[in-house]
Amino acid sequence: MLKAEILLAALANGLLTGAVYALIALGLTLVYGVLHIINFAHGATLTAAMFAVYVAHQTFGIDPYLAIPLLAPLFFGLGYSLQRWVIGPASHGDDGNILLVTLGLSIVIENALLAVFRSDTRSIEVPYGFEVVELGPLILSLPKVIAFAGAFAVAGLLWLVIARSDIGKAIRAVAKEKTGAALCGIPVGHVYAVTFGIGAACLAVAACLLMPTFLVNPRIGNAFVLVAFTIVVLGGMGSIGGALAGGLIIGVVESLSGLYLGESLGQIGIFLIFLVVLLFRPTGLFGARA
Amino acid sequence: MLEVEALTAGYGGIPVLRDVSLTIDSGEIVAVLGANGVGKTTLNRALSGLIRPDGGAIRFEGTRIERLAPPEIVRMGLIHVPEGRKIFPTMSVRENLELGGYARARTRRAANLDRVFALFPRLGERRRQLAGTLSGGEQQMLAIGRGLMAEPRLLILDEPSLGLSPRLVEDLFALVVRIAAEGLAIMLVEQNVVQSLEIAGRAYVLENGRVALAGPAAALRADPALERAYLGM
Repeated sequence: MLKAEILLAALANGLLTGAVYALIALGLTLVYGVLHIINFAHGATLTAAMFAVYVAHQTFGIDPYLAIPLLAPLFFGLGYSLQRWVIGPASHGDDGNILLVTLGLSIVIENALLAVFRSDTRSIEVPYGFEVVELGPLILSLPKVIAFAGAFAVAGLLWLVIARSDIGKAIRAVAKEKTGAALCGIPVGHVYAVTFGIGAACLAVAACLLMPTFLVNPRIGNAFVLVAFTIVVLGGMGSIGGALAGGLIIGVVESLSGLYLGESLGQIGIFLIFLVVLLFRPTGLFGARA
Repeated sequence: MLEVEALTAGYGGIPVLRDVSLTIDSGEIVAVLGANGVGKTTLNRALSGLIRPDGGAIRFEGTRIERLAPPEIVRMGLIHVPEGRKIFPTMSVRENLELGGYARARTRRAANLDRVFALFPRLGERRRQLAGTLSGGEQQMLAIGRGLMAEPRLLILDEPSLGLSPRLVEDLFALVVRIAAEGLAIMLVEQNVVQSLEIAGRAYVLENGRVALAGPAAALRADPALERAYLGM
């Protein structure tokens, strides 16, 4: 039997990683909730954001955390423009086509990154990369603690925007009743694009929080998005609270199964959970019953 | 106020409406009648910009609107309360109403909210309740209230009596008369011929996507051709 401290440390580390997973899942679930499609370009967008953090650091010497106020608006604009002027028009008003267009887009982005950066795995070095925070018996990595707090701050902010602001109400209206929203004078195309932009901005923040401890290569985003997709299904498609809870659960499950089964089998637990959820509660923990 | 001229509209190039012309003046209640499937909803969708007509012209207060998007048409004051209500079920009554003033009359939202609550006290009592939990009649009131939040100049009511009890339909139509008395024009699109003709000044009867009959409501009520057109005999 393992010592309680080790178990506790694994739990804490799982929660810390899970928060960033949740942040990545947030954008995915939001886009699903409003446009009712899975954005297949989500992983490639995350990769692009991670490379953006890499370039900002290596070329311009910008700290990853200080890059947040630069990259979040940049990626919001990028996501907005992609949906408004590429994905939207290319899908010819058929939601099913959007899915295929995002799939095509992900291939384009990935290969563009591959052409520019080659398939090398890169990382950045920051002075605080190995600093730790001591919390009772726990010794936690400082960048991971910052990532945890950052992810929760973004989730809280997003919840506030969706619940209270005019654009948030418009987003919820379009999500449930597109025609009714259009007849209220809500510009549906603009709302779609804003939603996509918010999703991309979440990824930019996630990339900034990840880079001090993770590495980047042109395919890294897919690994994260596969996990994020599991979180979205676990939490309930389209549910923000579900994405948060799902992210933390998945982070803990990964960490614990890594502890018991060995690091290389850590992700097995995630997909076991995925199967169990699909079998017994296909609408997810927080999803509406079908 | 509204002039529809030789309008042809449909889906995927197959016309549902053919060569429909009609006019509505300010302050009028005009009924557009017809059985299921004669093109009433297609007409409304074309007027509010949800579909692009294949031919003809739509003028609202002198401006051509047949190529405009729904938000632009809403901003001009042509408000369409759709068939099936299309309210936002997971949002509160209050939020539903606020969204009615999203594109127009935004600065007067608070005053308009009070006005709608005065007109529909039930909505005021239930302002915090989720719209999806309202009864059918209350949901219809909410859909109309949401339309009024935009201070319409022309209000299109698409099948407002659908699914309501005869008693509720009577209350609803009395309210429509009250709303019209405030000076806006109302286009009442209905299958409910008898009661619609009681409150409308004029009416158009659609049959197979064309205007089959038109005239003052009083004259149409007495016209045996109405029954023929309506029943398709």
